[in-house]
Amino acid sequence: MNGPFAFTLALGDDALIAAQRLAEWTTRAPEMEEDIALANIALDQLGAARLLLSYAGELEGAGRDEDALAYLRDDREFRNCLLVELPNGDFAVTMAKLLALSAYQLPLYTALAGCADERLAAIGAKARKESAYHLDHAALWVKRLGDGTEESHRRMQAGIDQVWPYVHELFAAPPGAPVDPATLRGDFDTTVAAVLAEATLTLPDSGWAPGGGRDGVHTEHLSYLLAEMQVLARAHPGARW
Amino acid sequence: MYGNDFSGEDAPGGLLGEVEAAEAALRAAAERDRGAAGPGEDLAAYFAQVIDADQKIEPRDWMPEAYRRTLIRQIAQHAHSEIIGMQPEGNWISRAPSLKRKAILLAKVQDEAGHGLYLYAAAETLGISRDELVDLLLNGRQKYSSIFNYPTLTWADVGAIGWLVDGAAIVNQVPLCRCSYGPYARAMIRVCKEESFHQRQGYEILHVLAHGTPAQKAMAQDALDRWWYPSLAMFGPPDGDSTHSAQSMAWKIKRFSNDELRQRFVDMCVGQAEVLGLTIPDPDLRWNDERQAYDFTQPDYAELMQVISGNGPCNRERMAHRRHAHTEGAWVREAAAAYAAKQKNKEKVAA
Repeated sequence: MNGPFAFTLALGDDALIAAQRLAEWTTRAPEMEEDIALANIALDQLGAARLLLSYAGELEGAGRDEDALAYLRDDREFRNCLLVELPNGDFAVTMAKLLALSAYQLPLYTALAGCADERLAAIGAKARKESAYHLDHAALWVKRLGDGTEESHRRMQAGIDQVWPYVHELFAAPPGAPVDPATLRGDFDTTVAAVLAEATLTLPDSGWAPGGGRDGVHTEHLSYLLAEMQVLARAHPGARW
Repeated sequence: MYGNDFSGEDAPGGLLGEVEAAEAALRAAAERDRGAAGPGEDLAAYFAQVIDADQKIEPRDWMPEAYRRTLIRQIAQHAHSEIIGMQPEGNWISRAPSLKRKAILLAKVQDEAGHGLYLYAAAETLGISRDELVDLLLNGRQKYSSIFNYPTLTWADVGAIGWLVDGAAIVNQVPLCRCSYGPYARAMIRVCKEESFHQRQGYEILHVLAHGTPAQKAMAQDALDRWWYPSLAMFGPPDGDSTHSAQSMAWKIKRFSNDELRQRFVDMCVGQAEVLGLTIPDPDLRWNDERQAYDFTQPDYAELMQVISGNGPCNRERMAHRRHAHTEGAWVREAAAAYAAKQKNKEKVAA
């Protein structure tokens, strides 16, 4: 895998798997307005995924389009971070995941918007506006749940505790990347610290830092997610939809 | 999307024209601003005048209690249908066969949530809260369109719902754009425009399938076979058996009878099915020159009554799903309320 292809593929996979998980909330959200909001965020992620995967296919130069990349790869070929493939859990876990993802994607897309690769710059410029909204949304809910009722506080803290070890993987630098994610860590930490402080929550003190997603070594959850996502497309090889 | 089944194509070119005409009429009615009834005026007579003059009744106006109740029931059932209707299509979001189709379907299901909220807001103008209406749905005291109690078994069902179910909903709803109650008429204008977009998307899904591999074409035909009669049943029982129709027509809530709308729908679908190259599962479907309309086989109304009474294939699942989401979300809603109260207190202290 060449550097730009691997990097673009990884970001596209992050967005695609995040979209797939968020869309699972449709018809299940805690209130109707939230059903709409989560679908919106899922649509944004899906839109970014399509742009990134299409471009990744071009960089690879093997004739794969967005659908070939999304539907015809196995889990060992996916390059998303583990964070996005984790099951949704309760609403607090989902908001903890979204907080981490959007606090990472916002500075990442912002940096991409200024990078030398014009296509990635254009995608970054579009996606960063969406990420800013995702971050606002997640931050608002983390504060509401953290500083809401006793039960919501307990659940929100548990969500943060469960999700946070997976954050470290986001900042591992892939070779040949136009933006080194390690440089985004400061921004990320500042953003998250402010939200958690207001939410009366704390970061877990854990030395555990699971990883492997960028090398195609995933959790057990991903192949189930893909089995469901890909089942119809794979049952009809070569068909158009 | 919504049917007319319990009391209550690409031809949308023509229908969409009617939506626009209704919108223009609504504007014209607003410009002839009639003001509210003056003090001492006979309220019932004033109400009748407004209806006669094709003006709109607005939330500030006096209205007969039965008119209010009828509207609450109808608008709420419509709103519930949008919310429950998200489930059969939502069933295929995770498995949509291309990323483009996934995005379109997700956006469509999201639109339905939006329609639901919009309609609950219209019902709230009649003096009932959304929470009360949601409780009525969850307790089974108000219904939703029975069509959503059928399962979506294949991807082609997503196309069939768009083409037939949204198509039937549009035929049913376009006349509601001229409903005498202003907030409902305005909601319907907006909803119809989006539904017509959905219908085209559904039709296009089927068109691609019908022109695809033999397996895809068979999938499309199978979906039409299963959804045709339930879609015809969306217009409700035959006119002779329809309980609320006469009064609703007099109040100009309803403008056409169930059978008239059903006929209009059949006449619209025949040509569309031909373009698809699919066969409508009715051996007795044929053009009647005298009536200038198609003769067709009526849906099984006994089955419709069974589904309405709770015995369709998915009634229990649909309700259980909705109740589960509502119950599981309770702690989140409570947290949001508690947080809002704390913030308000902080503001008070700061002030």
